[in-house]
Amino acid sequence: MTLGRVVGRVWATVKNRPLEGQRLLVVQPLTPELSKTGKPLVCTDAVGAGAGELVYWCKGKESSFPFLPVEVPTDATIVGIVDEVHAQRAKANERAC
Amino acid sequence: MILARVVGTVVATRKDPRLEGKKLLIVKPVSPEGKDEGNYLVAVDTVSAGNRELVLLVSGSSARMADGCKDTPVDTSIIGIVDTVSLDDPPEGKR
Amino acid sequence: MLIARVIGDLVATQKHDSHHGRKALIVQPLNLDGSDRGDAVVALDSVDAGIGDRVLLVTEGYSAMTSVGRPESPIDMAVIGVIDRIDLG
Repeated sequence: MTLGRVVGRVWATVKNRPLEGQRLLVVQPLTPELSKTGKPLVCTDAVGAGAGELVYWCKGKESSFPFLPVEVPTDATIVGIVDEVHAQRAKANERAC
Repeated sequence: MILARVVGTVVATRKDPRLEGKKLLIVKPVSPEGKDEGNYLVAVDTVSAGNRELVLLVSGSSARMADGCKDTPVDTSIIGIVDTVSLDDPPEGKR
Repeated sequence: MLIARVIGDLVATQKHDSHHGRKALIVQPLNLDGSDRGDAVVALDSVDAGIGDRVLLVTEGYSAMTSVGRPESPIDMAVIGVIDRIDLG
């Protein structure tokens, strides 16, 4: 899963049928330090996320599982709204790998 | 999923039988701001998208979950025609 | 699978049911020389890993879901081992 922020929304009237009723949110991927990384993408939403919220999202076919038994053709879904992130980078990796 | 713009069509007479009757479109990924991004893709159209339209693409095995793509050798499907993209930031918003 | 280091965790009250009761870790995938390999990701924990641990990370749905015992769930990454030692030839 990846951290991200909801930065927008997509409206599409004509959709593949199982996609009907799904909210489509534009998400900017973020690092744990909350700086932007990579390109924004469009996600379906399984948790009721809103504009500006910090979320984490899941990619791949797994991202369609929250909507079963409807087979929603999505490859990215928001699966959590993040309250807090705790991250501390190790000091120059104590041991080499 | 990503946004893309339809820029062409592909016609193939000899193809996997499971692709028969499917419309193949050439699409170019675009950013939510509408800028061109990355290289083209060939996608199966499930929503009767037209040339130059902004569309929603799904890729990977999820592409086969689209209505009309079950059990087909498809890795990218067009599953929506985008009316509007609204962005909180930058404020120019709708396009 | 990738080698990764746990660098943190996150708290999310509102999340998909399948994620409840599983710790969500922030893990940084590593190269063999210990440098960062791409961006840090969020993975569910199946082995009670802690911050600073070097771990084994699966980055594919089937393995991730089954390792945390939540089949048919929106889980694409999981920590499935704590690494004791790596020997490079």
